[in-house]
Amino acid sequence: MTNPMEIPFFAAGAVAVIATLLAITRTIAVHALLYLIVSLLAVAVVFYTMGAPVVAALEVIIYAGAIVVLFVFVVMMMNLGAQDSETERKWLAWRAWIGPAVLSALLLFEVIYLVVRAPVSATIGSISTPKEIGLALYGPYLLGVELASMLLLGALVGACHVGRISRSGREVQQ
Amino acid sequence: MTAIPMADGLILGGILFAVGLAGVLLRRNLLLILVSIEIMLNGAGVTFVAAGSRWGQADGQVMFLFILAAAAAEVSVGLALLLTYYHRRQTLDADYVNEMRG
Repeated sequence: MTNPMEIPFFAAGAVAVIATLLAITRTIAVHALLYLIVSLLAVAVVFYTMGAPVVAALEVIIYAGAIVVLFVFVVMMMNLGAQDSETERKWLAWRAWIGPAVLSALLLFEVIYLVVRAPVSATIGSISTPKEIGLALYGPYLLGVELASMLLLGALVGACHVGRISRSGREVQQ
Repeated sequence: MTAIPMADGLILGGILFAVGLAGVLLRRNLLLILVSIEIMLNGAGVTFVAAGSRWGQADGQVMFLFILAAAAAEVSVGLALLLTYYHRRQTLDADYVNEMRG
């Protein structure tokens, strides 16, 4: 009961779930992205309370910083207007979302049931230092790091290629 | 000494994953589908970090770094494809993507 990290964990978890729910139901893309940022920051707090400060910092820097900025740039380039929000509202009709929502809720209850039913009395919160993570990354996971770098290089080349095709495709249309 | 029940961390990861899954299924806007995939990856990351923290090992956090790299790669290629599609069709409706040939 005298645990200093338990209350921040539950508060940040509640914020994360609510912000995520709001993010996937917004009709305006920028609002959804703002709620996504709130959700990611709340998850960063959750990581911190779970004893992972390095991952919390990376969540803020890379997820909320880099990835969401990419989304925001794309939304700015597409210049979505008021009628897009109207179309979104039409797509989000009651009949359209009730089926997926019920199916996802069933899966979620199954997971919660299994987790709660299992006799797990373990607790989390052992803090791991940046040194430990660095030693693990460049020790047993060295091959994984190299593969991740190849994956990122491939993504870079792929994104450049797709972008180039789009420009030449428009020139052909004109 | 901080201690959070292991089950709560796993349940939070499960909730985030389920919400992201619902988002992928119920949105027709391609941009929001990509956002929902990010949420699902984030939920998986919460589970990894909770499990790694439970055993006092850094492996769960290393796995989260790999998830981060995969998410960054997926988002960059996905958004490039999205922009190409939007320039050609002037819409983000996922139902018309099957008309894209070449």
